[in-house]
Amino acid sequence: MSTATVPSKTPPVARVITTKPRFSDKVFRAVVTTGGLSSLVILAVIAFFLVYNGFGVFKSEGLSFFTGFEWVDAQPDAGTAASYGIGAMLYGTLLTGFLAVLFGVPIAVGAALFLSYYAPEWLKKPMVIVVDVMAAIPSIVYGLWGYFVFMPHAEYWAKLIHKYLGFIPFFDMPANAFSRSPFIAGLVLAIMIIPIVTSVSREVFAQTPLDRIQAAYALGATKWSMIKAVVFPYGAGGVVGGAMLGLGRALGETVAVYTVLNLVYDIRIEVLLSAGGNVASMIVNKFGEADAPELKALMAAGFVLFLVTLIVNFIANIIINRTARKG
Amino acid sequence: MTQVISQVSPQKPWRPKLKNLLPEVLGALFTAVSTLLIVAVTPLKGKLGFAIVLIIMSIVVSSLVSGIRRDKKAALNSTTTVLVYIASAFVIIPLFSILYEIFRLGIGGLSFGIFTKDMSLTSSDSPLTEGGLLHALIGTLYVVVLASILSTPVGILASLYIVEVKGRFAGLVRFFIQAMSGIPSIVAGLFIYAIWMINMGNSYNAVAGAGALAILMIPTVARTSEEVLKLIPPDLREAGLALGATQWRTVAMIIIPAAKSGLVTAVILGIARVAGETAPLLLTIGGADAINLNPFSGNSSAMPYYVWKNYSLGNPESISRAWLGVLVLMIVVFIFFSLARFFGRSKGVKK
Repeated sequence: MSTATVPSKTPPVARVITTKPRFSDKVFRAVVTTGGLSSLVILAVIAFFLVYNGFGVFKSEGLSFFTGFEWVDAQPDAGTAASYGIGAMLYGTLLTGFLAVLFGVPIAVGAALFLSYYAPEWLKKPMVIVVDVMAAIPSIVYGLWGYFVFMPHAEYWAKLIHKYLGFIPFFDMPANAFSRSPFIAGLVLAIMIIPIVTSVSREVFAQTPLDRIQAAYALGATKWSMIKAVVFPYGAGGVVGGAMLGLGRALGETVAVYTVLNLVYDIRIEVLLSAGGNVASMIVNKFGEADAPELKALMAAGFVLFLVTLIVNFIANIIINRTARKG
Repeated sequence: MTQVISQVSPQKPWRPKLKNLLPEVLGALFTAVSTLLIVAVTPLKGKLGFAIVLIIMSIVVSSLVSGIRRDKKAALNSTTTVLVYIASAFVIIPLFSILYEIFRLGIGGLSFGIFTKDMSLTSSDSPLTEGGLLHALIGTLYVVVLASILSTPVGILASLYIVEVKGRFAGLVRFFIQAMSGIPSIVAGLFIYAIWMINMGNSYNAVAGAGALAILMIPTVARTSEEVLKLIPPDLREAGLALGATQWRTVAMIIIPAAKSGLVTAVILGIARVAGETAPLLLTIGGADAINLNPFSGNSSAMPYYVWKNYSLGNPESISRAWLGVLVLMIVVFIFFSLARFFGRSKGVKK
């Protein structure tokens, strides 16, 4: 300002102070809010389109869609109607998911404890990388490895279990077929869910208040007494939530299960037998040669899978968030 | 002024002396010897028998040693320590087995030729020197780039909504994005098939595959970006606002440039997450043996699809091709993974 200002007698008008956002901010907030809410929209649209396409099957099959064992197309020549039921597949999905959690979670929690309290400093970083790399391996790689490398070993273990524990109904064998059993699929899934359970558990373990840990040591606790008295009560929710996240992954896993599990439309409790079920694998299996009505049934099956995994994930995240807030 | 300062050398009285270490060393020795003896004498055989006996013996011996030297609590502590170490070993062993087998089974087919040819003129049971996987690499490139284009804006906007705008639904959006990361990949594929093929009447192409992958990529991008944006010091934000900038200017001129490398990391992590996804591609891209340079029409292939297809064909040559595909796929994934780590690190240094 080179021109000299003439002193005026009237005081300048006070600037209006406002919290009203400018036009650019309004646009910005509108765009960002749209982007933020789009995740909700995507979930809703997924649910809508799966239901929209599968609705006919839900209507015609009714409850038997969830309890039925059969998956047969309509045979116009023989005059039989189509019958679609995912009961056996749903049971098989839950069974392999349960086995995965049963095998995977103790190992993952052990590894998380190791990382948090046992490992020497120099080992921590490589071990974290190991877990990260495991999480980055695509599921098809787990599938191929599981089928070609892991299965021979697992079959041998299954035979041992059958030989010595065969009197328990779960380990009974009606036929000599040990390959591609729910047991093996559960083990492969267990390996696949270890990274997520480990990292969630490690996060909640890290939030354990240090003063409590040191108080426990000061009272003469051994490492294990300290973990039992301080770490587990604080981290229990997180471990449960992590296990449920892992369960969600295991329920929705497709390709890895498809390669190591033999799909049979039957409910069996013998986990070592080469007969299991899995909704996701069934979808891939039937998709190739599916006609229009069968595709609708597959959409309905996909919706059930979507709903089950979403609920499991919701519960898991609620538990984890609650634990994280407490810490 | 002259004051004699006696040099005190640090003493470490807690450091275990030889006398204290002796029982542990003896215990370890005893474990090894007894394991070998048991495996030699009893019918337990092979690697499995050895591993089981070793695990049991190490638990028993270490608990006994501390139980005798101290008390029951110490014995329990030793037992759990051994169990924790064994659990970590069980985490490491599969990973190394996987990496080793990929390398062993995949390296044989690796040659320059596979990156220059496709499978259109090669039958599945011809030797690995014929044909290649260029079509799959190009397909993966298309699918991944298109998926990034689709998912990056949504993911970053969602993270901006949670961290910067802090709107009324921020908690809800955060919660739903967490839940979204658990969507099974097959469901994403089915959804795209339903909307894109059944209801809109399109046929298989790379864009459909990219759409399915984008759904899986959004949560990874959004959550990583959220972490990154939270690391930006509030001073920067306040400085921008204090200079009279609108929120839009603050975010565009200050926050985004400051978080740039972190946001790049978020996208790369998302790519690493979806590059190997197989199930959604099985339902959306259709698969092809020839190079398809048009992502908007015609069947396309991708690395995971290539692996899947060759695995399904089942003859020895195609299974070797599947392993070769796995090796190349893993190299691609790890390149992205290392890039993400590299960018993530440079961000840390700047800060």
